[in-house]
Amino acid sequence: MTFTLAFRNLFHDRVRLTVTLVGILFSIVLVAIQLGLYLGARSMIISMIDRAHGDLWVMAYGTKNFEEAQPINARDRYAALSTPGVADAVPIIASFTDWRKPTGGSTLVVVIGTDNEDGGLAPWNVVAGDVTGLGARDAVIIDKTYLDELGVKNIGDTAEVGASRVRVSGLTDGIRSFTVTPYVFTTISRARTLIDMPADKITYALVRLQPGADIESVRSAIQARVPDGEVLTTAEFRTRSLNHWLFATGAGVALIGGAILGLLVGTVIVAQTLYSSTKDHLNEFATLRALGSSSGYIHRVILTQAALSAVLGYALGMSIAMVVVYLSEHTALPIMMTPGLAALLLALTVGMCAISALSAIGKVMRIDPAMVFNR
Amino acid sequence: MIAETASLAADARLSLSGEEHANIVLEAQHITKELGRGAGKVRALKGVSLSLRAGELTLLMGPSGSGKTTLLSILGCILTPSEGTLSVAGHSTAGLTPEQLANLRREHIGFIFQSYNLFPTLTAEENVRVALDVRGKRGSEAVVAAQRALHRVGLRHKLKSYPANMSGGEQQRVAVARALAGSPSVMLADEPTAALDSENGLAVMQLLSEIAKDKSRAVLAVTHDPRTVPFANRVLRIEDGVIVGEERRTEGVETIHELARNRKRKANA
Repeated sequence: MTFTLAFRNLFHDRVRLTVTLVGILFSIVLVAIQLGLYLGARSMIISMIDRAHGDLWVMAYGTKNFEEAQPINARDRYAALSTPGVADAVPIIASFTDWRKPTGGSTLVVVIGTDNEDGGLAPWNVVAGDVTGLGARDAVIIDKTYLDELGVKNIGDTAEVGASRVRVSGLTDGIRSFTVTPYVFTTISRARTLIDMPADKITYALVRLQPGADIESVRSAIQARVPDGEVLTTAEFRTRSLNHWLFATGAGVALIGGAILGLLVGTVIVAQTLYSSTKDHLNEFATLRALGSSSGYIHRVILTQAALSAVLGYALGMSIAMVVVYLSEHTALPIMMTPGLAALLLALTVGMCAISALSAIGKVMRIDPAMVFNR
Repeated sequence: MIAETASLAADARLSLSGEEHANIVLEAQHITKELGRGAGKVRALKGVSLSLRAGELTLLMGPSGSGKTTLLSILGCILTPSEGTLSVAGHSTAGLTPEQLANLRREHIGFIFQSYNLFPTLTAEENVRVALDVRGKRGSEAVVAAQRALHRVGLRHKLKSYPANMSGGEQQRVAVARALAGSPSVMLADEPTAALDSENGLAVMQLLSEIAKDKSRAVLAVTHDPRTVPFANRVLRIEDGVIVGEERRTEGVETIHELARNRKRKANA
């Protein structure tokens, strides 16, 4: 009967129920978008690092993230290659430069130079053309999300980067940058030309270890050979990039703050409506108390009301959030929804409603059952 | 018809035989209750003693502000007395916590309220089932018990009706069924006929007097309605927080049909 009582109390006043559900829905959508953006941002920040096949990164000292790295000397790569335990050290170039659109105007891009045969870092999710096509003259691969921004429409279109012409030889789907600066994949040598980098410079040396090699020992050994550079494991580079973009710039704090704000707003709305619903049914709770119901019984009725609100609000909120996620899928700022985030949102909703129920429970616990005689 | 004891003694447990003592299901001794604080403190009850015996319908009558409802709240373990002792079905209430008092109410006391206090969102059957659910009776056992209680009060045809679709008399009968379903030792009714018209009021009193015939149950109704007196075995009068008299009916309780017949006879005479 606790369920029936809770259900009927909840559905008895449709207007209040609607207000409650809108409150939860608003909260869920806001939190889903904020946390989805956070996950999307996180994924974009570390996508290059995670997709690179390597164990250690040799880079300029103090590099904060993948895109904003100073060049290092190419001999640092050879120093790494000569270190015991190293199987390979792949050169990678990454640098900001201007892309001049064929239709006029320019935009900032990140040129990534990497040779496919090195197996270090290659474009993925290629939906048109082929990675091997980068070997062709002037070839670059870009993501289809940025076609409009780059002023091109399809494979074969041309533009200018630096003083050189480039031709789109392939398109990827979903390789987006947190800085909203399109990535332009090309070969090492072409990248040097495009960004005017000397032949004795690279941005990263991506180190692969020999099987069984101890990563810490190798890292120390390389670091000793490259005193002016910095050697990070993939996990460290990932953490450093995340810390820089999400926390040092405040972007992540804003997203997490927005999510917390959403939770607070939702909690206040649900608490207010549950409290006023309980207040309206106070005489019924007093009757229950007079009939001899335990405190636990009444708590169950209120908590069931809260749980029903949570489940309904979650279902509606997630439906809308999923539509927003779908609509953002092909934008420069995709919102991610993972099973883990969906489960977290459900737990947050239930927790939010349970906390909201506390004020109503407090009110009921202060009931004087003698009020049943005073109506 | 009614033998007036003419006693103004505060103690309403007068001259009980051994058998009557054995039938006592509720006993209150020297109950006092102070309400309010400081200068506004009021002594609502001033040493009330009474006992309720199984198989009897007792009326507690008195003017407004005489302490009827306060006494009913204390007898129903809803309020605790400032002084005095109370025992329900052999259990003393002294020192019990609110939760333990709730347990005692659940196990031994049934309430009927002036305004019925039904749950408006539940059907008649569900209203009765709530009282059973509180007692841990669930499932088909509760459904059967609820339906049986509603049959007993003549509401077989209203099982699925909501309070809003029932007359006041029907709602009060649902409340009686709700109180009855838990098989309490004591049934306490607060002005059960006050919100009802004459016909429905008498029908409810008839029901309560029938329920009181059960030798395992005592019924106490607080009322100021003199029409209810013919249904009672005993009438206690309270004034200014003191029991001022006990009237015991000696010629048997009238049924609603007898009452109608007697009224007609008087009218013809």
